[in-house]
Amino acid sequence: MEQITGRALILACSAVGAGLAMIAGIGPGIGQGYAAGKGAEAVGRQPEAQGDIIRTMLLGAAVAETTGIYGLIIALVLLFANPLIGLL
Amino acid sequence: MESGFGPKIVWDSGWKVPGLEFLGNFQITETVTVTWLIMIGLIVFSMLSTRKLEKIPKKLQLVLEILVGSINNLTAQTMGEDKKSFAPYMGTILLFLAIANLSGLIGLRPPTADVNTTIGLAMMTFTLIHFNGVRKKGIGRYLKEFTEPFIPMLPLNIIGELATPISLGFRLFGNIIGGLIIMNLIYSALAGLSTALFGPSALPIFQAGLPAVLHVYFDLFAGVLQSFIFTMLTMVYISMKMD
Repeated sequence: MEQITGRALILACSAVGAGLAMIAGIGPGIGQGYAAGKGAEAVGRQPEAQGDIIRTMLLGAAVAETTGIYGLIIALVLLFANPLIGLL
Repeated sequence: MESGFGPKIVWDSGWKVPGLEFLGNFQITETVTVTWLIMIGLIVFSMLSTRKLEKIPKKLQLVLEILVGSINNLTAQTMGEDKKSFAPYMGTILLFLAIANLSGLIGLRPPTADVNTTIGLAMMTFTLIHFNGVRKKGIGRYLKEFTEPFIPMLPLNIIGELATPISLGFRLFGNIIGGLIIMNLIYSALAGLSTALFGPSALPIFQAGLPAVLHVYFDLFAGVLQSFIFTMLTMVYISMKMD
């Protein structure tokens, strides 16, 4: 069997880790969908307050997105600025 | 490993800053040049457009008045009438971020796709939050708020305050760099498609037109939305600390 170098192993595991980190995208998906659903409900009940509702909803959706963005940052670091390679 | 999707280095001075040798050579990246372009553009635009102000506004002045008025309104609505004096700062970061995020449309690299820009702006917000908190309430009441609702919450409150600039900065950075990477991948995929169909010397005809829809989402929609959200969150955090 061909010898696997430490560097190759780290790169392979980092690629898998980057993929796993992006599972974090599930959370914001659910959260933003919930926010949008409640926003639609609120507009249906009170159509004259549409501007305020949309603004509040977008703000809430952006805050809900944060955890997904953290996952994306971890994936990007693993792919493009891997700190583990330096430990070899 | 290649550097991936980082900003290009446009000028390498070849010398190191004394005392900061571990950072490597002093370099000017694309981020800095595009930021300066945006700054010069904004300054020149505002100087030219406010030179001949008239009692009865013409076209350009009318647009400006609507812009300034809506920023004033937004600040007054979000922060309260008593904190209306924050409107110039909020308008500046709103305009800067909007133009920075949209600069991807004309082929420049958005400065906000560099973590240094976004964390820098977030640290400005952080400074404003705490400076204004101390200014409004006095140092005693400001420090006392960290121990609310009870003393053991102190470390949690401090971590919560430190997390604010990190989440603000990385939210903007992650959104813009995510869009940038997806657009880059799509462009190279379309180039690969035309090479596979018509041979290696073919013009990448698929790159024209098809990605426009995605540009509307990633650059136009996400860019404007994220600059708006950064400004809104800055306003909300500052007014929360001051009340």
